[in-house]
Formats: sequence, structure tokens, C-alpha cells
Amino acid sequence: MITQDDVRKIADLSRLALRDGEAEAFGAQLNSILTYVQQMNALDTSAIEPTSHVIPLQNIVREDVVRASLPREAALQNAPDATDLFYRVPKIIE
Amino acid sequence: MHITSAFPEPIVKLNELSIAELRRLLDNREVSAQDVLNDIMGRIDAVEDRVGAYVTVTRDAARAMAERADSALAARRAGLLTGIPLAIKDNICTMGIRTTCSSKILYNFVPPYESSVTSRFAEHGYVLTGKTNLDEFAMGSSTENSAFQTTRNPWNLECVPGGSSGGSAAAVAANECIAALGSDTGGSIRQPAALCGVVGLKPTYGRVSRYGLVAFASSLDQIGPITKNVTDAALMLNVIAGHDPLDSTSAPVEVPDYASFLGKEVRGLRIGIPKEYFIDGMHQEIDHSVRSAIRQLESLGAVPVEVSLPHTAYAVATYYILATSEASSNLARYDGVKYGFRAKGKDLVDMYMQTRAEGFGPEVKRRIMLGTYALSAGYYDAYYKKGQQVRTLIKQDFDKVFEDVDVIATPTTPSPAFRVGEKATDPLEMYLSDIFTISVNLAGVPAISLPCGFTGGNLPIGLQIIGRSFDEATILQAAYAFEQSTSWHTRRPLL
Repeated sequence: MITQDDVRKIADLSRLALRDGEAEAFGAQLNSILTYVQQMNALDTSAIEPTSHVIPLQNIVREDVVRASLPREAALQNAPDATDLFYRVPKIIE
Repeated sequence: MHITSAFPEPIVKLNELSIAELRRLLDNREVSAQDVLNDIMGRIDAVEDRVGAYVTVTRDAARAMAERADSALAARRAGLLTGIPLAIKDNICTMGIRTTCSSKILYNFVPPYESSVTSRFAEHGYVLTGKTNLDEFAMGSSTENSAFQTTRNPWNLECVPGGSSGGSAAAVAANECIAALGSDTGGSIRQPAALCGVVGLKPTYGRVSRYGLVAFASSLDQIGPITKNVTDAALMLNVIAGHDPLDSTSAPVEVPDYASFLGKEVRGLRIGIPKEYFIDGMHQEIDHSVRSAIRQLESLGAVPVEVSLPHTAYAVATYYILATSEASSNLARYDGVKYGFRAKGKDLVDMYMQTRAEGFGPEVKRRIMLGTYALSAGYYDAYYKKGQQVRTLIKQDFDKVFEDVDVIATPTTPSPAFRVGEKATDPLEMYLSDIFTISVNLAGVPAISLPCGFTGGNLPIGLQIIGRSFDEATILQAAYAFEQSTSWHTRRPLL
């Protein structure tokens, strides 16, 4: 069972501020989903390899040659706050 | 008595035609790309306020693209899609055109780059009609989770169009575009296609580049076509399939000409009927229509074979652990710094937390928290690793069945379109509406949904045909044979 304290901890890890009543509401919903998910435990998977991807993936390498990339101006165009050169964020160090 | 008007209306309107039909008219110069676009825009003006399929209608871009298409047609340089008006799901990046994922957190995001699928469409001369509505970040099965609007089902405006590609499916069904692109992580192309009475194809994982598709669950997401008929699905797949150096998970597997499989007979084709998909208590009209469809395929010479996919019952549970875990990681990038919405906060971390609290809707938050929990210390083995192991079992079920049969036929959905609001308060109930489509994503195999009947209330019913990995050709062949021997695909909603 997930408690409301657990929900607060998960929300914090998820960087989500909770509003009044949300810890309770999300807690109830997450418990209902996790109870449903528990049915996986009926299966013995001790000898089963996990699948992270259905197709075999290989590292892809190329020559280390400089190629055109997104221009700085384009990379910054969507920022809520930016200078000509950088993203701007609230002050971190006093 | 025969009455002839001085200015006879054309019998069929251009917006009602398919890609294949318009290709012929455009190439023969019987109509211009601008004629086709004007008819589509007229249709959008007439029905869009009731359907709500589009987040953005791109009138200016469309007009410029139609003019270029007419120049190409005049110069006899037409590509496969020259002059064809297509709609794109709003989680696929279009350079210079707002791409929102139907989320407040990306309400003003204008991509500085183009997705690979729309780049290919552009090379082939398409005309972009607009960006279609979805459940926020493709998380949902009804399109009710959009931050902007609820899309309605063109067959019954009180009902949902399905989701998450509900805007694309509704736009195709309502003739607000000729065809569309969707994305499918757990059924998000096939389920809305079934509920809106159109064709939806989820290609094999790795068949189509995901470059420029906003990531939800990277090991499951796949882009595919939503069309009026099977021929158009094959034509669209011809354009978008194939390896892309910009997506390292796109597979270097040869792409056949999918259109060349249409019309091949299905005599001797072995069709697996998984008993786990035909269960007591399922919707009777769906059960009846899908069984009739299988008999129809049998009458064309196909051979039905009862098979078993024993781990079907675990698919929804497995999916909601794996997809949410991947989502919790993928959506960490929305922090109010690089793009999109930013809220005020008293310091950097508080700014992140307030931005995400205000920018995401409740379903997205629920999934981020579920995934964060499943990946957190102490729970990783019990949930995430367990889910990956069950995924192996589900994939093995398909591998085993495909040793014996060529395709698998099932219902696409357990029920027809449900009413707006009906499942909105119970997340788990909503998740279960994807029960017949989710296994396919976990196994990575391709599947198509096509119309196979209607309920007494005139709501469409979808038949799902699942194929072997990278064998879209055989499911298109089987789907085309069924479609051409029935008339379901010719029905259109009255709007």
C-alpha cells in the first residue's frame, strides 16, 4: 500500500508540486493500479531474461568528424528566458 | 423524370476521395492541388466546430504547399503524395509549426527541426492540413486528456473518438483530411481507427523512424498511417518505412513495395484465432462481427486455426509498468528551462516543481509518479524488472504462434466508442480499453485495424490483423482481401 507520505516522496522525486487533496487522490488511484499490476506476481519469472527492447540494438559508431548541428539561435528560440548565448534560470548560488 | 441542373454538383466531393483516387485525378490534371485543398478547407469550416479534430489548422502553409504541388504537377515531377492533404498528430515535430502534444507545458513550442516522417512526406509533395489533437503526450484512450479540447467521434458526437490519436482518426473519418499520421504506444493508432471506422496501421517496432516524434515510451512508440482504406495505408507506408540514420532504433531491414501485395489472394493463408481474445462476457456485437469477418476470410480460402497466447491477461499490467517507467524518464526534460511553459518558483527546484505541476495534466502526472515509483530503489526488481521479464513471455507467445500461422485475427477493442466522460474518472477502467492492442506493442510486431461491421447504434467495429515482425506486407494483403470482399470501408458518417 502506498501511503500519502509515499505519494509526497514520489512527487518530490518526480519534481511535481502537489496541490491540496492531490496526495490523497493520487494515492488512491496509484494503489488501485498497483493492486491490478500485482497479478504479474502469479508468474514465476526467476529463469526469464528481461526484455528491454524487442530488436537487438547495437552501438552505432561513425568517424569523429564535425558536422553541422542546430544553430544556437534555433536551440534558444523556444526558451521561456534566455540571453543571446544561454538559457537563464533562477539564481542558484546566493 | 430526369432533371438536369445547369450547374450539376459533382457526384463525389474531392474531400471524400482516397489518396489513390486523388493521385489519378491530380496526375491526369483533372483537378489541381489547390482545388483539392479548397475542398478540404471547406469541409473543415463546415464540421470542425462539432468534431474538434485539430489543435492547429495550417491554412497558410497548406496553401503554399498546394501551389508548389501544382507547379510540380505542371512540370510532371509529381511524387507519391504530391497535392494530397494530410494531417499530422501534434506529437510529431514540424519545423516552424507549433507542436504541442496537446499539453500546456508545450503550448507555445515551435520545433526548430523537422521529423523524419514529415521530411519524407515533404519530399513526396504532401500538403499539411494541420496538427491533430491527442491525449496529452499520447497518454490516454479517448483524447479527453488533451489540455485544449475534447475531440468528438464523427459517428456519434456524444462519443469519444478513441485515443490517443483521436484527432487524426476523427479527421480522416470526417473527411477533414485525406489521410493522417498517428503514433501507437499501446494501441493509439488502432483503437481510435476502430472506434472511428477507418484503417490504422502500427508498423513493426523499428520499421519507421521515430526521429522528431516526441518520446512517450521509447521501446514501444511507433508512427503509422490512419487512412480511409487499406490501399492508402500501403501507399503511406511505402513513403515512411525504412532505416533512418537519425534514429538508431530504426532497423536496416529491406522495405518491399507494399502496394504490390494488394490483390494477392489469401488462399491457404493460415490465420491464428487466439482463444484469449474471445472471452465470456465480451461485447456481443463485436464478437459477432469479428467472427463473421473470420468466416469471410475463410470463404476466400484462408485457413482459421485456433491458437493460444497464454500471457495475454498480463499485458495491461506489464504495459503500465514499462510504459510509465520509460515516460517518467522521457518527461524529465520538461522543466521550464529549454522550451515551453515556465511557472514562477522561489528557487530553481521550486520553479521545476511548479512548472510541472501547472504544465502537466492529471493523467500525465499519474503516469510519471507510477513510473518513478516502479524505478525507485527497493521497487525496481518487483515492478520494472518483473515487467521486462513478463514482456519476454508475451513476446515468446507470439514467436511460438507465428511458427504455425501467417497472421493473427482479433477484435481491435473490447467495446465500441464509449460516451464522453464515461471512463474519465477511473484510470484503470480506461487502461482496460486497450486490452486487445497492448500485447502487440510489447512484442514489437505489426498490426492493422480495419472496419468489419457496425453496432445496432451505428458505431464502427474494428478487426485487428497482427503479423510477424517486419511482415506488414502479409497483413496488408489479408486486410485488402477482406476489405474488397465487403463494403464496410465505404460507409461514412453523416455530419
